[in-house]
Amino acid sequence: MSLIRLEPRGQASKTMVYVTPLLAVALTLLSGFVLFLLLGFDPVKALHAFFIDPVSSRRGIGELIVKATPLVLCAVGLAIGFRANVWNIGAEGQLTVGAIAGGGLALAFYGEGGWWLLPLMVVAGAAGGAAWAAIPAFLRVRFNASEILTSLMLTYVALLLLNYLVHGPYRDPDGFAFPESRLFEADAVMPVLWSGTRVHLGTAFALLAVAAGWVLIARTFVGFQIKVIGLTPAAAGYAGFDQKRIIWLSLLLSGALAGVAGMGEVAGPIGQITPSVSPGYGFTAIIVAFLGRLHPVGILLAALLMALSFIGGEAAQIAMGLPKAITGVFQGMLLFFLLASDVLIRYRIRFGARRAVA
Amino acid sequence: MDSHAKTPAPDAAPPRLELRGITKRFPGCLANDHVDLLLRPGEIHALLGENGAGKSTLVKMIYGVLHPDSGSLLWQGRETVVPDPAGARRLGIGMVFQHFSLFDTLTVAENIALGLDEPGRMDALSERIRTVSERYGLALDPERHVFHLSVGERQRVEIVRCLLQDPRLLIMDEPTSVLTPQEAAKLFETLRRLAAEGCTILYISHKLEEIRALCDRATVLRAGRVVGACDPRRETARGLAEMMIGSELSTPERLPPGEAGAARLVVRHLSTTSDNPFATSLKDVSFEVRAGEILGIAGVAGNGQAELMAALSGEALIADPQAVTIEGVPAGHLGPRARRSLGLAFVPEERLGRGAVPELSLSENALLSGYAREPLVRGGLVHFGRARAYAETIIKGFNVVAHGHRAEARSLSGGNLQKFIIGREILQKPKLLVVGQPTWGVDAGAAAAIHKALIALARSGAAVLVISQDLDELFVLSDRISVLFHGRLSDSRPTHETSVERIGLLMGGLFGTPPDEDGEITRAV
Repeated sequence: MSLIRLEPRGQASKTMVYVTPLLAVALTLLSGFVLFLLLGFDPVKALHAFFIDPVSSRRGIGELIVKATPLVLCAVGLAIGFRANVWNIGAEGQLTVGAIAGGGLALAFYGEGGWWLLPLMVVAGAAGGAAWAAIPAFLRVRFNASEILTSLMLTYVALLLLNYLVHGPYRDPDGFAFPESRLFEADAVMPVLWSGTRVHLGTAFALLAVAAGWVLIARTFVGFQIKVIGLTPAAAGYAGFDQKRIIWLSLLLSGALAGVAGMGEVAGPIGQITPSVSPGYGFTAIIVAFLGRLHPVGILLAALLMALSFIGGEAAQIAMGLPKAITGVFQGMLLFFLLASDVLIRYRIRFGARRAVA
Repeated sequence: MDSHAKTPAPDAAPPRLELRGITKRFPGCLANDHVDLLLRPGEIHALLGENGAGKSTLVKMIYGVLHPDSGSLLWQGRETVVPDPAGARRLGIGMVFQHFSLFDTLTVAENIALGLDEPGRMDALSERIRTVSERYGLALDPERHVFHLSVGERQRVEIVRCLLQDPRLLIMDEPTSVLTPQEAAKLFETLRRLAAEGCTILYISHKLEEIRALCDRATVLRAGRVVGACDPRRETARGLAEMMIGSELSTPERLPPGEAGAARLVVRHLSTTSDNPFATSLKDVSFEVRAGEILGIAGVAGNGQAELMAALSGEALIADPQAVTIEGVPAGHLGPRARRSLGLAFVPEERLGRGAVPELSLSENALLSGYAREPLVRGGLVHFGRARAYAETIIKGFNVVAHGHRAEARSLSGGNLQKFIIGREILQKPKLLVVGQPTWGVDAGAAAAIHKALIALARSGAAVLVISQDLDELFVLSDRISVLFHGRLSDSRPTHETSVERIGLLMGGLFGTPPDEDGEITRAV
């Protein structure tokens, strides 16, 4: 008989739902410590460079918020879909099309903008992301095609489209054939909210999305329908909840939020359209959504943590000469430990052999 | 058989199985509390008890699925630990579960081989299956695919699988809940023959008449404890039921049928086709249910009940809107939500996972269907206060035993959850209520309460349709009875003009109309 056993709990543990993310973070740090030690780095110094140094200045905290903003926007939308078993994996593509649509507007009205341009760009970004997400929604509802595959594949289409545009129609006419657009004019740039940093209006949108997402999930009847569909589709059918409507709603919503995130990147920290709008925010947002327990407030915290792994990875590259892959390693470890420790929600660990029957 | 099972001398035989002070605790509940049980060789012993009384837990410990926290188990007089089901089979303990575990696309012999620890060669196995099934009157063709088989035949596969291992103790968990009366009678013959050969049978059922007809002794469990033992042949069904629930049973009164009013539900020439090869298509089904009456639809599971339920609830849409009319409005093309607003309420057969969401609280489950006819949603926002109040009203009005409106649906016993679901539907004051298997697996006390509520609803002027496999129940409830067989519905007959035997024959396929090919197969059995 084994000495360590998993024993089912009668009921899912509410405490463990909150404890396991912290446990996952702790285990990630511990493994990072061992990893740095084995690589021949001073682990305390390396972890300090990775996790503490980047946020020990006002500028650093600003960068953290800048990186967290698109993650929050994407993850809130994804979480709503995930709750209804709608698996949108293509937020990266929707983000890219949002950037193409919103940024395209900035270029189209180059030199003739006004106060109205930026709001219009936000709408265009949302519409672009939603339109890109509408394709998998249609294919799922009409042909029952898996949105996991279609939304993922459309991501690569979006990236190629972006590549084509910056090499062609969007290219800066005075840019010596570099594949980049013109720098956006002041009317087409997100206003900075916190002077001395790059924190921009998109952060306000992200906070708004968190609040609205919470109301949707916890208070509205649509949120209740999403919950029932996610937990027990047969009961949703019995109650008369329209699953197709929920598929449309959650894909359009997550697409629109990802689109706003993409538009916020080109009109915010980047300030122009470049071949790489996002370092994979749309994919990282999937981890963020699960790390945050598909709950908007949890997502906010998880996004800050993942943003830290992005800027920490960069800082560690510069300060310690660590390889670039270190960011991915830490993100992967975090997700791995989270999924592994989730077993504790339904099971408890028992030590010692099972008591024999007398 | 293994050497563990010492064959005892027939006269001074020790008990086949003895349990002493068996206790099993689950988080938050004491499932078995110092249970003693003694099974003699060759007896048919009933284990009686309400849902949640601890019957399943007890037999799972005998079969090695669970392990007791304390107490001892004596097999043929020797203290034994049953490590797992394979160990139980080696000892000579077989079990036929209430829910079958058969693969539809495999043959009978292949299914049996999968369940044996040492199946041996297939042709030899087929031969053994033939021998055993003939010996016990369990007609079965080893080469047939399981999806062709009726439910009764599927059960035979499970029984034969146990018999091949030459069991000394056979545990049967609610075996007749899916059988016609005639099939059940055949099963009893088989069980009696087995018992006569010295095999002990532990028989779990809530059908008291059956237990009185079949069993030699009965042990009654209530709330995890043994509360009595008796000779069921000397007790009345009512007496047994009162032992089980520990209080006096109130049977629903058969009120004289109210005046049947206007037709609330009219089904005309309803036919369905399905892509699923295991589904039963409905063939030209027509009937109507009038205000103030209860129509019962009998039939063995798998004869189109699920398809009929889905067609009535709106979960499956019908191309012809006129095929289903509710309150005079063509509704075949309408979904569940629209049908609910026409006055339909609906209690599905699957309680957990369709009628209720297991992980959600009772107040959220009250909202599940309550949103349609109760003011629980305003301006797109859920009024959680009202949902809670509605849940509390249901809990009080229908005596649901639960830890308040916060309790998760899955924490309730089957009977209490069913009372909650039926209460949720009835309190919406429906004009038409469709109920599938209202008391399947529900204890006697809850069943009586549910029957009372359904009769009261009909007498208050609603139309009620009950689809059930339990003939006793249909005879208590219905004003008229029809039978569903292979997707066809017989004409209805007033309950007082027909008999259990007659309906039983219809359930086996003896319609007035010539049966189709499938019908003959079942009749030949």
